[in-house]
This record gives sequence, structure tokens and C-alpha cells, in this order.
Amino acid sequence: MSWRPWPRGLRARLLIAFVTVTVLGAAAAAWASAGAASNALVVSTEDRITENIAGQIAAIAPTLTFPPDQADLDRLRLAVGADTMVRHEDLASMAGSGPDLITGELRNAVRTGNRIVTQRVDADDRPWLLVGMPVMTTSPDGTRTASGIEVYTARDLSDVEQEIHALAGSAAGTAAVVLLPATLLALLAARSVLRPVRTLRDTARRLASGDLDARSAPRGTDELAELTATVNEMAEAVQTSMARMQRMQDDARRFAADVSHELRTPLSTLTAVVEVLATTADGMEDDARESAQLAITETHRLVRLVEDLMAVSRFDAGTAVLHPEEVDLAVVVRDCLRARDWLDRIDVQIPTGIRLRLDRRRLDVIVANLAGNALRHGADPVRLRAWAGADQVWIEVVDSGAGLPEQVLPQVFDRFYKADAARTRTPGSGLGLAIALENARLHGGDLTAGNADGGGARFLLRLPRLEEEL
Amino acid sequence: MAALLLIEDDPLVRRGMQLALRRHGHDVRTADTGEAGLREFATTPPDLVVLDLMLPGIDGFEVCRRIRAAGEVPVIMLTARGDDFDVVGGLAAGADDYVVKPVQPTVLDARIRAVLRRSNGPHDGVRAHRDLHIDTVALTVSLRGAPVSLTPTEFRLLLTLSRAPGRVFGRQQLLEEVWEHHYLGDSRLVDNCVQRLRAKIEISPARPEYVQTVRGFGYRFGPV
Repeated sequence: MSWRPWPRGLRARLLIAFVTVTVLGAAAAAWASAGAASNALVVSTEDRITENIAGQIAAIAPTLTFPPDQADLDRLRLAVGADTMVRHEDLASMAGSGPDLITGELRNAVRTGNRIVTQRVDADDRPWLLVGMPVMTTSPDGTRTASGIEVYTARDLSDVEQEIHALAGSAAGTAAVVLLPATLLALLAARSVLRPVRTLRDTARRLASGDLDARSAPRGTDELAELTATVNEMAEAVQTSMARMQRMQDDARRFAADVSHELRTPLSTLTAVVEVLATTADGMEDDARESAQLAITETHRLVRLVEDLMAVSRFDAGTAVLHPEEVDLAVVVRDCLRARDWLDRIDVQIPTGIRLRLDRRRLDVIVANLAGNALRHGADPVRLRAWAGADQVWIEVVDSGAGLPEQVLPQVFDRFYKADAARTRTPGSGLGLAIALENARLHGGDLTAGNADGGGARFLLRLPRLEEEL
Repeated sequence: MAALLLIEDDPLVRRGMQLALRRHGHDVRTADTGEAGLREFATTPPDLVVLDLMLPGIDGFEVCRRIRAAGEVPVIMLTARGDDFDVVGGLAAGADDYVVKPVQPTVLDARIRAVLRRSNGPHDGVRAHRDLHIDTVALTVSLRGAPVSLTPTEFRLLLTLSRAPGRVFGRQQLLEEVWEHHYLGDSRLVDNCVQRLRAKIEISPARPEYVQTVRGFGYRFGPV
């Protein structure tokens, strides 16, 4: 199987596109809200910490002496809490890991700006908030001045960080939760689009397999409905013309059947009276006798033609019936040839004891036709061979003539086809091979024409060994 | 040679066949409808009826049934179509044989003679098989002492089969011996005639004792 960057099925493509868009949208929304929430959390945490520190400093500041001594600074540091450094000029009081984190940058900002400065840093794999704050003194007239004391402290922000992670996690969770309903929705959407497509495909398949009544009901007014309507129109048109052709064909066949049937009545009279003519012909003058002979010959030919036409009509109408009975193949074939005085003109090789069920009269028609053709159109010797398999038998008739020209082979079974235009006056009706083939097919077998290796036409009849009737 | 009644509606066919059959030595009376044919039949019963199936008014099947009900005069059907429907229906109505139109008078004459030929077996007197007595000289059959009326064809079939009790006769063999058909005869003639014969001579036609079926081959008489 070759690798494909994009699945070919309409359904899979729809599904993937829909789910991707939905999940991406959900993820983006969740992510954005998680980001906003974590920002707000950080800001409020910073404010709270700063306010807290400022309050503690403000509470202790009035008790300080100026300039402060080491004890003052220590008190102030204790009041602010752990991880704190308090400085005043060269004096400093510090404890915990906070002071190590404080950068010169931060101190400069506090010292020059005389304001609270915050900074976030990461140390020991933990997030910290650094706060630098100048201690202000308030003079009796209310003005606030920098006392020169600077307080620096660090606060662990791990808890906040965890909360932010939890928020991001829930955002991812939301996106994941959306995946299932998105897939279901996509399936539904795909179905609603694909159902009419599938219906249309089924209809097209039924039409292709010959069920011309197949239609699909167009739903709605979209492009698919238009396509459905177009397919329906096409089917309608095909059905109409097929029905017309069928009717014409039926008419033609019925006409052939009716004509041959109607011909039987006058032919019955002719057949009866030409025999009377034949018995009296000896007493006629020459011209009259020859005329009588011609009338007799042509009447018999006409009878034969009408009988063949009726046989063909029965095959066309599907009213030809098989009357199988158990026979010995060699006996039937020899009887057929003997009845026509061909037994000593044909080299017959049939093993004895091939017994099978078949319609004797139909086999007689086939064998008589093949043997007759070989004797009339081929050259001696004519050979007829038969052999049997487990569930089929074969009969082969080969003559020693020039064989059938290649371009003739596909047409030898056509009705009224005569291989040699100069031989149109042969005794046959032109329907013999067509009838032989139909008889073979009625048995569930077939008949094929070809040429033998040594030249000469070769006809091969294959018949199945029919099941014993129950 | 025989007194024939030809029932055929087409005037030209009727006349043509009458001319031809006369040449074969038969005395041919004709009728153009089934009704006229039955009247003619009742007035002077013929030796054999040649009956066209396609008739205006009452059709050939019905005519055949009425002739059969009236007696044992043999009937040969002329089937215009040669279709199974005609053949099966005609045989069920009791016809002895059928020919397909257009028929050569020589062929029809041979069929007529075959049907009328009553016996080809040795005239060896009375054959007694349990309750069934066949008199091959007087050409009569009786079952438990009561006479049984058989058509010539039925009689000939019974004679042929009972000639060798226990021996199996193939359908083709029977067609050649009883109907004198050539090797391509219609075996339905045999089956149909066997059924009619059983209806007349068997105590229980569904479980025949005298004319038994040998599946795949044909029929045999007894053994009883």
C-alpha cells in the first residue's frame, strides 16, 4: 500500500478537518483564558505581598532611631520576615537565602527611584518574587522623606506557580474533553453529507447492473440534490429508450413467429397436394414433370425454413423446453447418422457406455447440423469423435476441407449468415448453426467453431451431464 | 383402406389432405367445425379421426374428449404449433398420436396404419395374469371377468408389454414397436398411454401391479 499524505475517503477527510478545527479552537480558547487567569493571579499575589511588607515596615518604622544602629536593622528584618536583608549605608542585617538573590540592578532601582521595586527570578528551581523597598519617614508636617534604610526581601512563589500549572492543565483537559463531542458532531455532519452521496452511488450501481427502475429521491435544494435529479433524468431517458428498443425487438420476434405460423396453413395444403402431384408426375410431359418436381422441392424447402424459423422463435421467446432422458451417447449419434444415411460417410469414434441425460431430439438436431455441414461444405473424410469427463461430454466434428476463414469464425453462428456468397442456394435454411448453438445452450453447454490443426473446420460441442431428476 | 373423419377448419387444407389421403386408399369424410365433426362421428362412426386442434367453436381438445367418451375410436391430432401445450393437452384429452403441420400425407398415412394395426404380437390365445385376461385372438381384455374397453393403441401397448412379463421395455423401443415411430419419437406418447392403460386395468393406478415403471429405463409388465 502506498503512503498517502491525505486520506482519499470523503468521510475520513471530512472527519479529520472537522475534528482538527474544533479541537484547535477549543484549545486556543482554553489556553488564552488560562493565560489571562494566571496573569491576574501573579499580579494580585505581587500586590498582596508588597502591601503586606509595606504594612509591616510601616508598623515598625516609627520605633526606629535615626540613624539606626545594628539592633534597629535587626528588628526591622525580623519584622519583615525570613529571607530578608535590611541595609543602611554600611550597616546590614540579613538572613536566609533572599539576600543572595538581590541584584545590584534592584538596589540601584530602589536607591535612585526611592520607590518599591519588584522583580521575579528563578533560583533553586523555584520562582521567587524579590521586593526592594526604601523606608520612608514622615516628618511632623506630613512630608515623607527617604530614611536611607532599604529593605529587601524574597518570597517563594511556588504555590502560585502550581496554581498556574493547574490552570494550564485544566485548559488542556478542556481541549481533550472537546475531542469526543467534536468527533461525534463531525461524524453526524459527515453522515448528513455522505448519505445522499452514498444513496446516489447505490442508485448508479443498480442502474449499471441493469435495474433501470432504480432512482434516488432528491432531498433539499443543494448541489447534491441537483446531481440526484440529473442522475434520475438520465436513468429515465435510458429506461425509455431501452423500453422502446425492447418493444421493437419483441415486435420483430412476434412478427417472425406469427409469419411462420401463418405460413403453416398454406404450406399444409401445398405439402398435401405436391405429393399427389409427385405420384402423377410420371405421366406428365417433360416440362410439366419438371415443374412439378420444382414445386415439390421448393415446398419441402419452404417447410424446412418455416420449421427452423419457428424453432428460433421459440428460443427467442424463451418457450423452448428441454425434455431430458437417459440415453447412450453412441446410440443417439449413430441413430442420427443412420437415419440420414451418413453412417458410412463419416468416421465415428465414440466409446461405448457413455450414458447421460439429455434431450435426444435436440442432440439429434445438433449432430445432424454439424455432420450435414461438414459433408456439404467440407471435404471427406469427416470425423466425429466423442469423449466424456466426470461432468461433461464433448462431441467434435472435423472435416478435411479448407477450413473456415478467420474473419468468418465470429459470424458462423449468426442467423442467415452464409460463409460463401456463391453458395446461397444450399439446402440449409441459414439457421442451422444458430439453432444448434441455442440447443447446446439450452442444455447448459456450448458450441464453438474453429479450425483443426491439419486444416478443415472443427466444431466442438460441450454438454454438461445433467443431474438425475428426483 | 380405412374410413377416416378429417376435422379441419381451413377449406384448402381440408381439401388438399382429403385428396392426398384418398390417394393412399382411404375413404375420407370431412367436417369444418368441431360440432359438425361430432355430428358426423355420431351418424357414421369412422375407423379413425384426424383432428385439427385449432377449431372455431368447440376446440380440438374438447372434440377429442367427447370422441373418447363415446368409444374407442382412435384419434390422431394435427398440431399447428407443435408446441408442448398442444401436445400435452391433446394427449391428456386421449389422443393416440399426433403429427405436426405441415405433415406429409405419406407420414400421416403411416401413422394411421400403425394406430389401426391392432396386434403385432403372436396370436397365442389367452394370456392370464392373476385377475387380468388378455385374449390375443379375439382382441379383448377382461379384469376380474368384466370386459375392459381399450383403444387400439392401449391394446397394442398391453400386448407388447405382456408378451414378455418381467422384461423391461425402453420408451424408444415401445415407440418403435407400438407407434411405429422412427428413432426420434416423443416419449410422452408412451407415458400418457401407460397412464390411460393403468386407469383401466390396474386395481390401484397409483400403485400399479401390471404395468410397472422402471425408473430411468421404461416399463415392464408384472411380474405377477
